[in-house]
Amino acid sequence: MLEVKTLSKSFGGFVAVNRANLSVEKGEIVAVIGPNGAGKTTLFNLITGVLKPENGKVFFKGEDITGLPSHEVCKKGISRSFQVVNVFQRLSIFENVQIAILSRERRTWNLFTPSSKLAVEETNEILESVGLMGKKGRTTGLISHGDRKVLEIAMALGGNPELLILDEPTAGMAPEETSRCIELIKDLSGKRGLTILFCEHDMEIVFGIANRIMVMVRGGTIIQGSCNEVRSNQAVQEAYLGGSDVC
Amino acid sequence: MFKNTLGGKGRIVGSAVIVLLFLFPLFLPRFYIYLISIILLTGLLATSLNLPLGYGGIFQFHHAVFYGVGAYAAALMITKSGLSPWVGFVVGPFAAAFLSLIMGLICIRLSKLYFGMLQISLGSLVWIIVYRWYSFTGGDNGIHGIPVPEIISSQNNAYYFTLLVTLLSLWALYKIINSPFGSALQGIRDNPVRSGMIGINVKLHQLMVLVIAGFFAGVAGSLFIVVDTAVFPDMLFWTLSLEVLIMCLLGGWFTFLGPMLGAAVIISLRTFVSGFTDYWTLPLGILMMLVIFFLPNGILGYIQDKLYGKIAEQAEAVEQTDLAQPAVKES
Repeated sequence: MLEVKTLSKSFGGFVAVNRANLSVEKGEIVAVIGPNGAGKTTLFNLITGVLKPENGKVFFKGEDITGLPSHEVCKKGISRSFQVVNVFQRLSIFENVQIAILSRERRTWNLFTPSSKLAVEETNEILESVGLMGKKGRTTGLISHGDRKVLEIAMALGGNPELLILDEPTAGMAPEETSRCIELIKDLSGKRGLTILFCEHDMEIVFGIANRIMVMVRGGTIIQGSCNEVRSNQAVQEAYLGGSDVC
Repeated sequence: MFKNTLGGKGRIVGSAVIVLLFLFPLFLPRFYIYLISIILLTGLLATSLNLPLGYGGIFQFHHAVFYGVGAYAAALMITKSGLSPWVGFVVGPFAAAFLSLIMGLICIRLSKLYFGMLQISLGSLVWIIVYRWYSFTGGDNGIHGIPVPEIISSQNNAYYFTLLVTLLSLWALYKIINSPFGSALQGIRDNPVRSGMIGINVKLHQLMVLVIAGFFAGVAGSLFIVVDTAVFPDMLFWTLSLEVLIMCLLGGWFTFLGPMLGAAVIISLRTFVSGFTDYWTLPLGILMMLVIFFLPNGILGYIQDKLYGKIAEQAEAVEQTDLAQPAVKES
């Protein structure tokens, strides 16, 4: 479904992503792992059009989407959540998700219908499914970090994507929030049939939910394969898992 | 929270204010009617600025240029073309919107402060053309004695016309802010990257809001002709842009009616204090400092925070008792 080929990006002299390869099949949950600074977030930014790659290609459902601006990428059916919480601070939880839906329905050029009456049902449905229904009226700037991370995912769902990209979905969450979030991700894959690409530092989570894993070190792909293949791979153990300090 | 839905009470207060505005000419002296007309149209100008500024997060630093160009376009149309003045009043806003589109296309490539700086430069260019082109625009003299239609030529009728058009424009702006376009706009203000990622074409929406703001600034410019029957180059000088910006900040730039309130405060201050001293900007400066330190959301912003603060606290209290487990209070 998603095919990344020899993608590269550098900032000044620093090569952040170096000929990275990645493929995601329909219905899979694929994890990207790698030490801090390996280029995981940059890779996601390149795929979703936040940054433009210097080299390489990105294909989505066979179509070349390399270098498209992010609003076009979104329309193709890719949504993402961000590692650093990236929501609309002054709007309520409800409005945050609602905008995503209105945008997908291309209604943001509507100047005169009150938006408070639009897409209410679908917004509620998404909020219900992620468990934010009880807090929907709250201003996002004032809710907890864990809730904001979940809202991130809810907003991405508002785009009704085929491929969902999650950048460290559980970072900074309390333990029980983390397990709730994992259940949510499993549900999205199982019930909604979403294809999910995510990166994560917590190995327990990665090996717990991913079908396949791609390992990145210093911008490049070391290996992409099943959990067992990755676990037993020599290069991975040396570069990454071998260090006792897996954070 | 931006919505001006103060519930039943707000509606009563609002209706009372509007009725009062319609009754003013019956008992207020001419001078005050003129003053309120100016406050209304300047308030409309400030409200139109607040659309890109407060709701769109765009640093629209030279908004007066659209006001001035709207006024000049209408004035030139009326004095040079020989067509009905009404045509001029329609041409004004569209000319302002067109200029806004052209300047927007150039400036929108930049963001934040750089956008504002480029806009000031381009706006000053327009100003100097108007200021020096004696044969066409009248240069620093401006254009005086512009004929307005018979029906709105008396001062009271000019006032009623200004009031009606201002109310209609405010209504339209209010609708726009609460439409899906308005939501997208506020999303872009809070987070442009995320807005792109949920499928919003950020630059195109920003351009659209600049055009809308330019249009309503042009409406305010045309109204100025109705009230004053004159235009002059100061209307598009950058100091007026700054003054209008201050109106937004003073009144509350995250509220809908804040800019109107700011316009009322500043124009009243200028009119009444300058009767006592030439240094009327001194009390304005002190007031501005107090607002920045103590009411960072502006006057109306402060009032809304107080009202909504109470409501939000109550809602939270209810929510907390609803939940079986006591939630940890998070900030």
